[in-house]
Amino acid sequence: MESSNGTFNLRRKRRKRLGMILAGVLFLATIFGVVVLVTLLVDVITTGISWLDGSFLTRFPSRNPEEAGIKSALVGSLWLMGLTALISVPLGVASAVYLEEYAKDGWFLRFIQINIANLAGVPSVVYGMLGLALFVRFAGFENSLLAGALTLSLLILPIIIISTQEALRGIPSGLRESAYALGATRWQVIRSHVLPMAAPGIFTGVILASSRAIGETAPLILVGALTFIPFLPRGAMDQFTALPIQIFNWTARPQDEFRSLAAAAIIVLMILLFTMNLSAILLRNYFEDRRAGA
Amino acid sequence: MSTDNPADDARLSPASVDEPTFQNGRADGAADEDAPPVPNSKSSPSAVQPKVEIEDLDFWYDNGDTHALQGISMDIAPHQVTALIGPSGCGKSTLLRCVNRMNELIENTVLEGGIHVDGQDIYAEDTDPVMVRRRVGMVFQEPNPFPKTIYKNVAWGAEVNGYTGDMDALVERSLRQAALWDEVKDQLHSSAYNLSGGQQQRLCIARTLAVHPDVVLMDEPASALDPIATSKVEETITELKQDYTIVIVTHNMQQASRISDETAFLYMGRLVEMNPTDELFTRPEKDRTEAYVTGRFG
Ligand SMILES: Nc1ncnc2c1ncn2[C@@H]1O[C@H](COP(=O)(O)OP(=O)(O)OP(=O)(O)O)[C@@H](O)[C@H]1O
Ligand SMILES: [Mg+2]
Repeated sequence: MESSNGTFNLRRKRRKRLGMILAGVLFLATIFGVVVLVTLLVDVITTGISWLDGSFLTRFPSRNPEEAGIKSALVGSLWLMGLTALISVPLGVASAVYLEEYAKDGWFLRFIQINIANLAGVPSVVYGMLGLALFVRFAGFENSLLAGALTLSLLILPIIIISTQEALRGIPSGLRESAYALGATRWQVIRSHVLPMAAPGIFTGVILASSRAIGETAPLILVGALTFIPFLPRGAMDQFTALPIQIFNWTARPQDEFRSLAAAAIIVLMILLFTMNLSAILLRNYFEDRRAGA
Repeated sequence: MSTDNPADDARLSPASVDEPTFQNGRADGAADEDAPPVPNSKSSPSAVQPKVEIEDLDFWYDNGDTHALQGISMDIAPHQVTALIGPSGCGKSTLLRCVNRMNELIENTVLEGGIHVDGQDIYAEDTDPVMVRRRVGMVFQEPNPFPKTIYKNVAWGAEVNGYTGDMDALVERSLRQAALWDEVKDQLHSSAYNLSGGQQQRLCIARTLAVHPDVVLMDEPASALDPIATSKVEETITELKQDYTIVIVTHNMQQASRISDETAFLYMGRLVEMNPTDELFTRPEKDRTEAYVTGRFG
């Protein structure tokens, strides 16, 4: 123990060296991830790109790899995503607003909160089983788009609720208070200030959740998505297939051609995901500009 | 949920600003003259009906663990500026926020005792806190304009309260009252975030005035401002006295003596002394007040 007017031992060199080593380690960790990702991408693209042309998107699946396409899978995925968003966004946002803005603090709220957090971590197969029992059998929706969308909605509901709650919590309490202090009701405060300010966060959460839904395979297999569908769904009660299912199905075949087809379908799925994430960023920027009051 | 109360709309005409009445409010202002005197240092010089009567108020945070206010009783006279002073943590903000029921927004708080505004019990079962806050406006320590245009900032409160008159005129008058009009009249539709801190604070005052409150509570409104902005806000406050009753929390003794008519000194959740400002600063009744105003502790 040195006395209070002791000297400092700065050890500048040692601290500096440690800092540089750490920076190197962090850099390597990043590079590792990037290299793996790029290898994967390059592999998929070189295998699949030659199969990817306009007609690949507009042909139905076929036994003959030369004639096979992803029309029904792509349309099925878009249907699924639309329906899932339609169901899960209003439900999720409403639940989050209730939990954050209305519900009184207490054991019940905390109980619900813990359960939602846990649900976000439950494996998707479990949701598939739930969907099978609840929507396919009990509600009698069979293996329809609706059953699939409801199942995916359950899957992403916790994510939407949690990200919306985060967004709501991020709003400065001073803003809320000054709105209340003007004699506004709770709903007026939420509608005019809380929701618009939370919108960027909510949108980002919704889009990220949807991109999780669009890549899910297991729950759809469980609720009975078909692997071979030579027609397009015309309504929510029709049978369906989806991109991940089609990919899964093709990779399981022995012929090399089908594996290339799968790679081509993966490219499409990745473009879809990339577009969604990009729009999440753009939307967030747009709302952040508006938030600044411009 | 709705505030579309027709009775309220009617009162929100610009003409009502000088003679505001509370919903369900008592019409006969004199009928309370023989009410029992409140046993605390009282100093209202005249027999005017007080605007705000606080009676034996106790307030707790954290489900009763923090006893923030203890047996506070005071009368606040109409058309006067009343200053609340006291060391940090003595309960000034808490007291202020009891007067427009803002503390209810904090969970796990308990309140006992009563507050009457214009004779109406604002904590009565059938009093709507939303209506209380419309009558008793509040300006916060931090300037916190809404992320909207200057115009929208002022208009929003009136809009949600169903104002039916000429909105442009209301916005202009409110900004003029807050001594901000000349500085912003050419940029009404640009973001309020582009204003300086002092301008933002005056915008917050304008926003509060636009809903025509009777009482304006201000929690250290000038603490984040430079001397010039501060003196502008002080000027504004002095002028507002004609139309409003003002209660202001301040840490600045000079400010309190410059702008207030009465001053209340709080210490550890209790009201130590409340007197006309010049008396409290020159001839304080209590030793503790003297120690505080002369800077011997605080
Ligand atoms: N939200 C809260 N939850 C719990 N305790 C609180 C809360 N707000 C204030 N308190 C406590 O209540 C007491 C009074 O606080 P208050 O904010 O009213 O003081 P103040 O006089 O305004 O102080 P300052 O001059 O620093 O603003 C303090 O002991 C404080 O710790
Ligand atoms: Mg305070």
